Amino acid sequence: MWRDTLLVAGKDLRIEARSRVALSQVAPFGIVALVLFAFALGPDRALMATGAPGLFWVAVLFCTVQAVQRSVSVESADGARDGLRLSGLDPAGLFLGKTVAVAAQLVVLEALLAVGVVLLYGARIDVPWLIVVSCALGTVGLAATGTLYGALSAGLRVRETLLPFLLLPIVAPVLLAGTRIWQAAMAGGTPADGTQWLRLLVIFDAVYVALGIVVYGPIQETA
Amino acid sequence: MAPATPSSSAISLHDAVALSGRFPLLTGVDLEVADGESVLVEGPNGAGKTSLLRVCAGLVSLASGRVAVLGLDPVRRRAQLRRRVGLLSHASHLYDDLTVRENVRFAVRAAGAGTHRIDPACERMGLTGRLLKTPASKLSAGQRRRVALSVLVARWPELWMLDEPHAGLDASARTILDELIGEATAGGVTVLIASHESALVEPLVTRAVTVTGGRVTAERRTGASRAPLGRQAATASGPTPTEASGGPGGAPGAAPRVDGEVAHVA
Amino acid sequence: MNPNQRVRSPLLQSARARWTVRIIGIAAVLSTAFTVWLGLWVTPPDQVQGDLVRLVYIHPGVAWVALYLAFGLAAAASLLYLWPRTRSLFWDRLAAAAVEVGVVFNVCTLISGSIWGKPAWGVWWAWDARLTSTAVLLVLFLGYMALRRVPAEPEVRARRSAFLALFAAVDIPIVHFSVLWWKTLHQGATVLNPDLSPTIHGSMAWTLLLSFVALTLVFVWMLVVRYRIGVLEDWLGSGELDAALRERQAEGVAPDPAGDGSEAAAGAPVPEGVR
Repeated sequence: MWRDTLLVAGKDLRIEARSRVALSQVAPFGIVALVLFAFALGPDRALMATGAPGLFWVAVLFCTVQAVQRSVSVESADGARDGLRLSGLDPAGLFLGKTVAVAAQLVVLEALLAVGVVLLYGARIDVPWLIVVSCALGTVGLAATGTLYGALSAGLRVRETLLPFLLLPIVAPVLLAGTRIWQAAMAGGTPADGTQWLRLLVIFDAVYVALGIVVYGPIQETA
Repeated sequence: MAPATPSSSAISLHDAVALSGRFPLLTGVDLEVADGESVLVEGPNGAGKTSLLRVCAGLVSLASGRVAVLGLDPVRRRAQLRRRVGLLSHASHLYDDLTVRENVRFAVRAAGAGTHRIDPACERMGLTGRLLKTPASKLSAGQRRRVALSVLVARWPELWMLDEPHAGLDASARTILDELIGEATAGGVTVLIASHESALVEPLVTRAVTVTGGRVTAERRTGASRAPLGRQAATASGPTPTEASGGPGGAPGAAPRVDGEVAHVA
Repeated sequence: MNPNQRVRSPLLQSARARWTVRIIGIAAVLSTAFTVWLGLWVTPPDQVQGDLVRLVYIHPGVAWVALYLAFGLAAAASLLYLWPRTRSLFWDRLAAAAVEVGVVFNVCTLISGSIWGKPAWGVWWAWDARLTSTAVLLVLFLGYMALRRVPAEPEVRARRSAFLALFAAVDIPIVHFSVLWWKTLHQGATVLNPDLSPTIHGSMAWTLLLSFVALTLVFVWMLVVRYRIGVLEDWLGSGELDAALRERQAEGVAPDPAGDGSEAAAGAPVPEGVR
């Protein structure tokens, strides 16, 4: 399983390195989202700084949807999905590999968005490690659920409209937890609050990664 | 080549019915392919040849009936079968952004085969030099076919299932393909070829089954002996119609002389 | 081959089943009517809330059906479908029916809650755990229905939907708890009491119980009807399948007076028995 994970993750990341979709399309989209939020919330900087955690995570969610869509569409060209099934790759390995690839792209995007939030909204971060850990855990959860739902809607012509609709409600806990942790980590927040929410993220991640490992194989058969 | 023993079938289908939604792909197929046999599956377009191969590859499950590939259920036991079965389908399963070599490497490793035969296989199929580093999106259809074939060659599984293998290939590639098939059958590989160009494939196989309306409706022995491909085989089944092979530099004049070794055709 | 012979669906054909369903329907109508009468005229208004409290005969009832009965049933049925030993399209159709009816009840929950909330709390909506979970559940239900509309063979559609239901079932508790923490850990939240249960006693208690029974009966009746429709839809499809099988087999057969296409059709099976 691990060998297949590395193989698939490597393949997806190599494709990304060649095509640079995440970097050239998704990242700018995230930045644009941040800018639009600023317009929506008005020029009051204090308001933007307070809202920064939530806005960051909403932007991350949008980027997740894009990244997952890309991860799925890579397999739909030239019957690659059939090829994957034929090859007999361990489905759990396939799931983990794609999750790792999406997570890697998300981490880069989050770093970019975090910098954007600090610069554009004037957010001040007091406890950096909390930020980093929350982003890491949140990323795992987002990537795992995204890959799962991507598989569920793979091959459907309506995937582009269906996937966001299916995925976003499911990842609402990540948004909640991430925002709370960031608020705790900002200037004026209580870090102790944040650590409680970390537990929620861990549970969420564990549940969906485990679910994916078990269930990804049967889902493939429905494509 | 060892004669096929009836008890060890490579492929066994019994009253197989397969559906795609409400559309019946196969309507009750009975077929036995022995170990090491080479069989042509012929029939008109839409008869169910591709579906038959896909069922054997485990991509389509049966609505009813039984299928066993190398003695195992191809859908449930795919993990065990993956190294031993190879399918060459219409699509080449290539990733557009990866180069030829990366694609072949991924496909071979995904199927659990060793990577040491990748380079010889690519060379054999005429994929050399700059072509190896070209992204798959820039390839022509024939070149994509060659890439898919080189994956097959590098893996060299026990059972080959080829779906319209000659389609899209130019004359030299077709010759290489015919040699490959000859080598494979000589080496005991079971080969199943679906093609509507019967005349091209007949010299390569020992049996032909006809599929129409989703069932096997006829069967016959073809002229090819189990000897490797050569002029004897070609003359035994009659002259190959040149319009079918489509290439002026095609079969009759430049038939490769093979004596069980790999013949290099310029 | 007459498709009618192929349908083995007790819920459609057995006379006793039809009568049972009819009785449930009548009971549902009667109990609902009785509840309405009791709720609107017989029971007294509350001291604090006045006549507004009569919503207690609707809101908790529909909420119970939507959140526990419908969702629980859909989740359980989906699990049973996924489990190989109990796999049967019956569970899939039951889950789908439960979700559709559940959507109706869910919307009623949100609307009745809203109507109650505005006069009682001053807001149309409050971000507490239960309300938010109900809203998220509604969205998940709608997603399930959207996924089911995608054309696919029954078994494929059943699997896909069942997985979705499974993911949703896992997610709802997490959402509920996270919102719960969200409200309680966040100091300074407006003090709203979503429970708002007036001391219920006497005739009100009985009426409340009756409302639960009535709404449950309504749910069951709607569930059965919806399930039947699902069976009929699939049954219609399988009838077409026989015709398609025969046509296909005849494709390549040369004009043959023996007409051997029909023998093969006799042996051609129908996928996954229709229950």
